[in-house]
Formats: sequence, structure tokens, C-alpha cells
Amino acid sequence: MSGTLADRATVHGGVGTSVPRPDATAKVTGSFEFLGDMHADGMLWGATRRAWVAHARILRIDATAALAMPGVHAVLTQDDVPGHRYQGQAVTDQPVLAEGRVRYWGEPVAIVAADDAETARLAAEAIVVDLEELDPLVDLEAALEHGEIFRHVPVRRGNPDLHGEVVIEGTYVTSSQDPAPLGTEAGLAIPDGTGGVDLWGPTQWVHIDLEQLAACLALTPAQVRVQPCRLGGAFGSREDLSLQTHIGMLALRLDRPVKMVYDRTESFVGHVKRHGSLMHYRHEADRHGRLVRVDARILLDGGPYQLTSNAVIANSTYFAVGPYRCDNVTVDGYALRTNNPPSGAMRGFGSNQPCFAAESQMDRLADALGLDPIELRLRNALQPGDQLPTTGQLIEAPLPTDEVIRSVASIPLPDDEPNEDPRHLPGGTGLTTPRDRVVRGIGYAVGIKNLEFSEGFDDNAEARVVLHGDGAVVHTAAVEVGQGMVTVLTQIARSALGISKVHVAFDHTGQIGSAGSTSASRQTQMAGNAVLQAATAVRERALAQLGGDDLDDDGVWRGDTLLASLAELTAEGPIEQHVDYHHRATDQPDADGQGDLHVDFCVAAHRAVVDVDPDLGLVRVVQIAIGQDVGRAMNPQQLLGQIEGGIAQGLGHAVMEEVVLDHGVIRNPSFTDYLLPTCLDAPHVEAVLIEQPSTWGPFGAKGMAELPTMSATPAVVAAIRAATGRPLTRVPVRPEDLVAPALTGGTR
Amino acid sequence: MIVTMEVNGEPRSAEVAGWESLLWVLRERLGLLGAKDACLQGECGSCSVLVDGDLVCACLVMAADAEGAQVTTVEGLASSGDLHPVQRSFVDQGAVQCGYCTPGLIVATAHLLEQDPDASDTDVREALAGNLCRCTGYGALVRAVAAARTATATDDGSAAPVGDGADREVRS
Repeated sequence: MSGTLADRATVHGGVGTSVPRPDATAKVTGSFEFLGDMHADGMLWGATRRAWVAHARILRIDATAALAMPGVHAVLTQDDVPGHRYQGQAVTDQPVLAEGRVRYWGEPVAIVAADDAETARLAAEAIVVDLEELDPLVDLEAALEHGEIFRHVPVRRGNPDLHGEVVIEGTYVTSSQDPAPLGTEAGLAIPDGTGGVDLWGPTQWVHIDLEQLAACLALTPAQVRVQPCRLGGAFGSREDLSLQTHIGMLALRLDRPVKMVYDRTESFVGHVKRHGSLMHYRHEADRHGRLVRVDARILLDGGPYQLTSNAVIANSTYFAVGPYRCDNVTVDGYALRTNNPPSGAMRGFGSNQPCFAAESQMDRLADALGLDPIELRLRNALQPGDQLPTTGQLIEAPLPTDEVIRSVASIPLPDDEPNEDPRHLPGGTGLTTPRDRVVRGIGYAVGIKNLEFSEGFDDNAEARVVLHGDGAVVHTAAVEVGQGMVTVLTQIARSALGISKVHVAFDHTGQIGSAGSTSASRQTQMAGNAVLQAATAVRERALAQLGGDDLDDDGVWRGDTLLASLAELTAEGPIEQHVDYHHRATDQPDADGQGDLHVDFCVAAHRAVVDVDPDLGLVRVVQIAIGQDVGRAMNPQQLLGQIEGGIAQGLGHAVMEEVVLDHGVIRNPSFTDYLLPTCLDAPHVEAVLIEQPSTWGPFGAKGMAELPTMSATPAVVAAIRAATGRPLTRVPVRPEDLVAPALTGGTR
Repeated sequence: MIVTMEVNGEPRSAEVAGWESLLWVLRERLGLLGAKDACLQGECGSCSVLVDGDLVCACLVMAADAEGAQVTTVEGLASSGDLHPVQRSFVDQGAVQCGYCTPGLIVATAHLLEQDPDASDTDVREALAGNLCRCTGYGALVRAVAAARTATATDDGSAAPVGDGADREVRS
């Protein structure tokens, strides 16, 4: 639905304005309480004993020495799990603590509670775990061969015998990327004295955590209150449980509050990562560059437990072709079980890997046809009235593929005049790169992704709006992870009510029903629509109560007459409305992966400009331009923040960020060795917001926050290819990919 | 051992163990939770504080070495309820998302503008390259520093220094 009551010009801080975040002042003064800042009287500290092998049989766990240490209160293992011993969103296949076997490097084996953090850490180290190491399964082809398949998603569309005149084949690899939120995992569990527990932990969906926690802790859902948390970032990494069950077990066993905080290395093994992938593609086009068929096989490395891999591989498969028309498509997507670290959600959720492969293919196709890469993409751009190339779904909603491509191509290029400041050169203040050796390259990429949950999932969000004498309170269990949903929900409520005094209260699982996951770019539309409908109803009832025709901070008006203040209006009690919003139903895929599987789509196009030092293989991303489909800009400043932040993560995946795996062992589990983009690495960003209002989002808004990351990665790689002529079929691009003798022979 | 410091202008003492860092003492002994603990290796800058006027990672300073030092944390920047100009501009420019890096960045930025009030945008990017932010992509951060630079310069009556130019543009 669209909002109709907005008096956008007069409501202070309504939709369309760049109001600051409500929590910004607390965050700049240091008073904002993050999970790791929480404290409870009498609390103990928890710590985790992990097995630092990728695959092993557990022969013995001996906690004698640990339990003998002064200040240690308990050591628990899988045998102590009070309820269901496995957790997981789709399939509960992950043991709460390792059971008989260790299946990934760093898997938790036992947990400790002690008087202080250091004692807990030392006690965890003192737990003896005897292991018989086994060969880890870490190769994707081998996993497929052995049938270690979480899910196979097939797509069969069109005529298998139709072929094009130009054929491009390629194999592409993407490494695992760590979401690396700045806040590590932290949590606090407080027993309620009657057998239940209040639990704060890193989450993106408190109600999905509740289901798993209640089952594992052998409690009813009413006995577990999963509390709204104060997160230092998420990016997908908080969709699956980390330490919540562990602190719940310790707190209930000891009847004491228990706090646990992971350090950075634990965090690397304590949350899910973007799936590494191996993709084979075959594109066929006619001589005008129109796609005739696309065949692809996509292998995703899920790690040992399913978690969200079943849904991630669906996205990889259904968005395998990109935002292009093509009537003949065959895709086989496989999510595979290995002994690499667990994979799951990360910004883009399976759409990023095929975006890199398919956009690389499009560039090679353009090259083979002698076409400009923009022209090739425009000739195939998916528009309303077309069908999604994989599932055959008719594109009905606004989808400005053509517009995002044209807009990004029209943004002026940065100056390429020589600048001798080393900070503007690859290699930076290392003073490694003379300006006259620098080669510039320009590359493009386009991305498409679903919004909200797909494949027949009944996706909902609850919200309650309550009007009091001093303003309105929005109640929701939707999780704010730092992205700014709290601002957008405030703005939506203001514009719908006509009242600027709005506060968002984050409720626990006992106070309100599910708002669904803060993922899939869904909360602006899902929680947003629930808030819009509730606020609209509250306004209508406030007006009807007194026969007024307008509502604002002063109260209810009829013409120029103030009928009642907000306090008078609500003297008999607050006016409130609860809404359970569901988006329209979607299909489950048929045997060929066909159907209306998705609610809505979003597109973006990137252009990257890079400078490369071809002697040392160093890259500096100079500028990234983006054309971004937003529906309606709810808060332009926040939108730009999502765009710039998303681009930095996409850039990181292109040239820096790689979880380096060696037989299942992470070789770089720290910020010293896993390189995140810094202020000097982040490029100048130019953004064009394409506003074609959504037919159903609040005030026309679309979710958008995953797209800036997705096609940034292939755009940067395309630009490096343009500068160097190297094939670059894997990300991140390493310096040796740019300076080692190419497989075809010869050096620069 | 007992360590005594002047923290945000107040004398503070704490009983500390030998292994404890300044960050641990600030957070766990003195209840100053603003400085954060994102890496504990001096890579991310989330624990940035000033020790005797120098910008340091509190996770790398042994508490015992801070004996007698003057320590300034993010909690010590706002005066009598008014936000420091750097805090104000971070709020206004949208430089805060999840906020975990923010306290360290606020301290580092305030220190930078005190040391080099005319820092160009490139100087800012270099000076703040030791503070990781995973949310913002740093664009709003650079804009916030530019705004704080202007505000600081205007406050003392001097001309506002000019930056390298806008760090981005939005059109729609």
C-alpha cells in the first residue's frame, strides 16, 4: 500500500527528510549501551572451549582441572543441553556444542562460567579435549561427488535446443567473505527466578531465535524472553545463533546471570560468512548481442551445517542470469556440506556470487561482439512486462534496469590529471608507485535481487502504534542493527499520524509478535507497512473521536479550531492499533524452478574507476558511481550511507577481503590479517537515486541496502581487467593475479 | 596493584591485575564503556583515547603504564551537556550507523582537528585510516569532519578552511 495521509511539508521529520538517527546522540557520547556493555548484578562470565581442528572425532572431554580452578562454577558440554540438542533455522542440524565429532575449525566443544572473564578464559583452556583428527572435506567438486548436498535448486526454462551464434564459457571462483561487524558477539542471560530466562544476544530476528532457544533450553516460548539487542552491526552474521544457547544453559544451570563476549578471533569462527563459490557459465547470444541462452552450474560452500544455505542457494540460482531478458535458461545450484567454516547470510544473500560471474560473462560477450559493455546491457535490460529469465515470473512492479544503467553511464568521470600525492596512488604512502606507471581502467556491472522472503514463505511483520498525551510510541520486535530502520519507522509514523513526537520502542518476544527478519532488504517495506497501517488507523480514530479534520502535535483540529490537545484526546486512555502485515503470497517453485517466487525486485548499476600499479599488482579504487533503484527516498542521507557503506563492502570483496582457508583452517582470523577497507581505501562515491515508487511499499519506498554491495564487486574487477587485460576470474583479486605471468604466456 | 590516573579531569584509582590493559580498566574497573573492544590488537581504533594528549589504542596500553597519566575518553568531550563540535557534526552528517566505531572515531577526529585544524579531506582520510568502520564507507565521516572543521573555525572567528571539495554527490 502507499501512504496517502502524509502532510510531508509540515510534519517535522517525516518521510523524505534527512533527519538524524534518534540514537545518534547516545552513540557519539559513548552512552549507547551495546550488548558487550551490559551488566547484571551478581553476573558470571562465560567462555567457550573450541576445537581448533577442521574435522575430528572427539575421544574424551575432561573438565577436572578446569572445575578445580578457584572461581569456576560450571563446565557444560553437549550432554548438558536440557532440551533439543540441535539448532538451526530451516533444519536443526547444528549441535549446540560439538557432539562426538568436530566438523569445523573453532567449533564450540564446552562452555564455562566463572567469577571473572580471565578465569573463565583460563578455565576454558584447561578443559582437556582429546581428538582423533580426520581428513576434512573442503573441496566443492568432491562434496558434490560425495552427495553432500544441502539443497539442489534446478531451473529449466525454454528450449534446450536453441543456441546462439556467439558462445562465451567461463569458470569463476569467489572466496568466503566475513561480514566483520565491528561489534563482536556478546550476550547476557538473566534467569527470572521462576525457571525462565531473559536473554540478550546478537540477532536479526528475535522470534526465530526464540523458537530455537526454547526448544534447546526445554522451556516454553513464554519462559524465554529474547530481548531487543543493541548491535554493533550485522550484515547477515546475526541471522543464526552464536552464543545465545550457551549463556542460556549456563544461566539456568547456575541460577546466576551470565555474560559472554567473543574476541575477534572467536568472532571469525563464531558467525556465518558469505559462501565461497565455484561457478561455471555458458552464455550464448545472437550477433546483435541479445542473449539466446544461459547455462550455469553454481556450487556454494555451506560448511558443515545447513543454517540458511537452503535459501541462499535459491537466490544464487534465481538471480544467476542478472537483470537481463533470456528465454532459454538452465541452472543447477547446489549448496554443499563441507568442513569449511559455516556459511550463511551476508548482504546480498547468494545474489553476489552469480552477479560476479554473470557480469564477467557479459563483459566478455561485449568484447567478443565488439560492443560497448553499456550497450550490450541495455539491449538485454530486464523491464516491466518481461519475465525473470530463470523462473519465468512476469515483472510487474516498477523495475528501472534501463534507467540505472543509463544514469550511471551519464555520471561524469573523475579527472585523470596527474596527482603526485602518494595518498592518491596505488600503494599509498608506501611510496611504491610512480604516477607514470599507473594504468587507469573503467568497468561496469549491474545487479538484481529479490526483496523480502520468497518461495511461498508467509512473511509478516507486526507493529503497534500507541498515541499518548505526549506523543506516539511505535512498538515492534524488528531488530535495529545499525542500518537506520529506527529512523525510517519514526519518519513513517510521523507522516502517517501528522505528529512529530514519535518514539520507537523495541519490544521483546513476550510483548509483541514477530516482525520477521532484519534481512532481505525487508524492514523498510514490511515493518514499515505495519507501522504505516497502524499509524493511519490511529489517526483516523483520533479524528473520528472528535469529528476533527486534522491531527498534529497540538492535538485534533477542525478548520482553525483546536478541538483537543493530545493529552485531552487520550485522557480516557491511549489510542492504539496493532497490525500484522503480510505481503502478497508467492509460489513455491515447481520441479523446473518456475513460478511467481518473489514479491518484488530491486536493481542497481555500478561504474568503477580504478588506478592500477601493474608492476606491483596494487589497486586504488578512485571512484564508484551508482544508479540505485530506491522506490522513494525516505531519508536521502541514510540512503547515501547505505550506498557508501555497501559499496565499501563490495570493494572489499573485490580486492581485499578473503577468509583464507587452508584445509578448513582460517589463516587470517584477525583484523591484522583480514583486511577491511579503511578510510583511504574507500572511493569517492557518486550516486543517482532512481525514484519510481513501489506499488506497495510505504510511501512508495523499496528496500535497497543489499544492492550497493552486489554489483560493486564485479564493477571493480571489470575496471581492473580494463586496466590490465588480465582475465581475473576469482575474487578477491590478489596482487599476484596482476603481476604473475599470465597463463597464456608472457608478462607485461 | 593500585593505578591512579586523571580520567576526563577527575582523579580515579583502581585495583588492577598485571595483565589488564588501559581499555579493560576504563571499561570494567571505572565503568567508562564508551571506548570499544572490536579487535584488541590495535588495528581498528575503536578503543581510541588520549593519554597525556597523545592518541592511543587503549587496548595496547598496559594499565600500569598509565599511572599518573591524564586520560581523555569519549565521555570527556562533551562539556556541560553540549556536544563537542565533532559529536554534533557526526550526528548531523549521518556519520553514525551501528555506532560501534563511533566513540573511537570521535576521539581521533577531535584530536586531529586540534593538531591540524586545516587538515584537507585527504589528510583526514590518512589520519583516520586507523579507525575501521564497517557501516558507512567513510563518506559521511569525511563530510562530518569537514563540517566540524568549519564549525570549529567559525567558533573562534577565523575563516572556515576549504576542503578538497565535496566527497560525493546525490542526484535524483
